[in-house]
Amino acid sequence: MSLKKHIKVYKKFLHTSLASELEYKTNILIDLITAILSLLGSIFLLSIFFQNNGSIGDWEFGEALIIQGIYTILNGITNTWFNPNLSEIVKHIREGTLDFVLLKPIDSQFYISLKKITPSGILEIILGFCLLIYCIKINQINLNLSFLTLFLITIACSICILYSLWFFISTTTIWFVKTWNATEVLRSFLYIGRFPLNSFSFSLRIFFSVFIPIAFITTIPSEVFLGFSQLWKILLEVIVAMVFLFSSRKFWLFALKFYSSASS
Amino acid sequence: MIFSLINRKIYTLLKVQYSNMMEYRVEIALWAISGIIPFFMLNIWTNNNLNSSINISAIMLSRYFLCAFFVRQFSVVWVVFSFEEDSLMGKVSPYLIQPLNPFFRYFAQHLAEQITRFPFALIIAFFFFIFNPESIWIPSLGVLFLSIISTFLSFLIQFLIQSIVACLCFWTEKASSIERLLFIPTLFLSGLLAPVASFPEYVKSWIYFTPFPYLIDFPANLLSGNPTNVSLGFTIQILWVLLLFPVFKKIWSAGTKKFTAMGS
Repeated sequence: MSLKKHIKVYKKFLHTSLASELEYKTNILIDLITAILSLLGSIFLLSIFFQNNGSIGDWEFGEALIIQGIYTILNGITNTWFNPNLSEIVKHIREGTLDFVLLKPIDSQFYISLKKITPSGILEIILGFCLLIYCIKINQINLNLSFLTLFLITIACSICILYSLWFFISTTTIWFVKTWNATEVLRSFLYIGRFPLNSFSFSLRIFFSVFIPIAFITTIPSEVFLGFSQLWKILLEVIVAMVFLFSSRKFWLFALKFYSSASS
Repeated sequence: MIFSLINRKIYTLLKVQYSNMMEYRVEIALWAISGIIPFFMLNIWTNNNLNSSINISAIMLSRYFLCAFFVRQFSVVWVVFSFEEDSLMGKVSPYLIQPLNPFFRYFAQHLAEQITRFPFALIIAFFFFIFNPESIWIPSLGVLFLSIISTFLSFLIQFLIQSIVACLCFWTEKASSIERLLFIPTLFLSGLLAPVASFPEYVKSWIYFTPFPYLIDFPANLLSGNPTNVSLGFTIQILWVLLLFPVFKKIWSAGTKKFTAMGS
C-alpha cells in the first residue's frame, strides 16, 4: 500500500470520472452560472443585514465577505469531491455493490471517498479565491509567509473536519440504509458557516462549536485571514481536525463489521 | 359516472402514494429538519437588532419566519429529480402507456408527502414556541383558510415551473441542473431568508413582477399577520398558474412526441 500506488490509482479515477462528466458539457456551463448566482445571492443577503448597521457580531461588511469567500471555497470542495462520492455510499449499500468495493485490493475508504469528481465544483473554488483576493485588497491585508502558512493550515483543517462530518453521516447508512436526507440536514446546518459565529445568540454559538463544529470550519480561518486569531484557537482547530479524521476512520472500520451485503 | 371514476383515480393515487411515503417516515422527518434555515436567519435578525431598521417588531418577525418555515415545508417540490431518474432509468415508457398523465402520479406523491410531513412540522413549531413563548399566536379561521390556499397556490406555481423544467429531460436528459439554477433566485428572493419588506429599493421595484415573492413571502405574511395586499397577491398567484399551465401542456405534448424510449 504505497503512496505511489494510491497516486497512480487516483490518476485513473480522475481520468474516468472527468471523461464521463464531460459528456454533459452544457451542464458545466449551467453549474457555473449557478455558482455565480449563488455567490451573488449570499452577498445580497449580507448587504441586507448591513444596510442600516455598521457591523453584525463585531464583523464589518468587508470582513464578513472573507467568511463568504472561505465558505464558497469549502462548498466548492464539497461539491467537487465529498458530495458525489459520499452520496454514492448510500447507493452502494442499497444495491449491495459495496461488496465489489470491499473486494478490491485497495483501501475501501480511499476508494469510496475519491472515486468520483464533479469538475463544476472547481469553478466555485476559483470564485471563492477571487473573492478572497478582493478581500485582501479592501481590508488592506499585507501578505507574508507566516500568514499564508497559518491560513493554509487552518483551511486544511477545515477541509478535514468537513470531510469527516460528511463521511460520518454517510457511514451511518450501513445501519439505517436510507440516509439521503441526513446529508441534507448537514447541508442546511453548514449553511450557517456563511455568517460570522458571533452574530448568533449564545446558545446557538455553543451548539455550533461543540456539536457541529461549524465555528471551526469557517470562522477561525477567517480570523486568521484578518490576523486577529489567537494561537490557542489555531492549535485547537488542528487538534479537533485530527480527532475528527481519526475517529471517522475508526468509525468506518467499526461500521464495516456490521455490513451484511444485500441478499446474503 | 365520469366524476366517480376521476374521484376513484384520485383516491387510489393518493392512498398508494401515502402508504409509500409512510415507509419513508424517518427520511421525511429529516427532510423537515433540514428546512430550519429560516430559524437561524431569525436568530441573526433578532440577535443583532436588525429588525428595528425595517420597522418590524421582533415578535412579528419571529412569526414571519415561523410561517415562512411552514409555507416552505408545504411547497417543496422535487418533481424534476423524480422525473429525471425515471426517464434515465427508462421508467417513463410504461407510464406513458397508461391512460393517465404521469405528472398526476408525481402530484399525488407530493400531496401524500405533505400529509406525512405535517406532524413533523408541527413538532418543530412546538419546539419553536418553547424557545420563543412570546411569539405564540392563533390566526383566525379565515386567515388560516386563506393562507392554506395561498400556500397551495405557491406549491402549484413551483410544481408547474418544475414540471416544465422536467419536460426538458426529453431533450437534454439532465434537467436537474437547470432546476438547481432556478432554485438560487427562489432561495434568495422568495423571502425564505429575509422578508421581502427588508429588501433594498432597487430590488423591490421589480421583484413584484416575478413569481418569487408570491412563493413564500406572501403566504407567510398572510399567515403571520404582517401587512400585505391580499387580493393583489391572490390575483397574481392565480395569474402565474394560468400562465404556466398552458406552457406546461404545450411542452409536454411536444416532449412526448420527441420521446424515444431507452433502448429502442
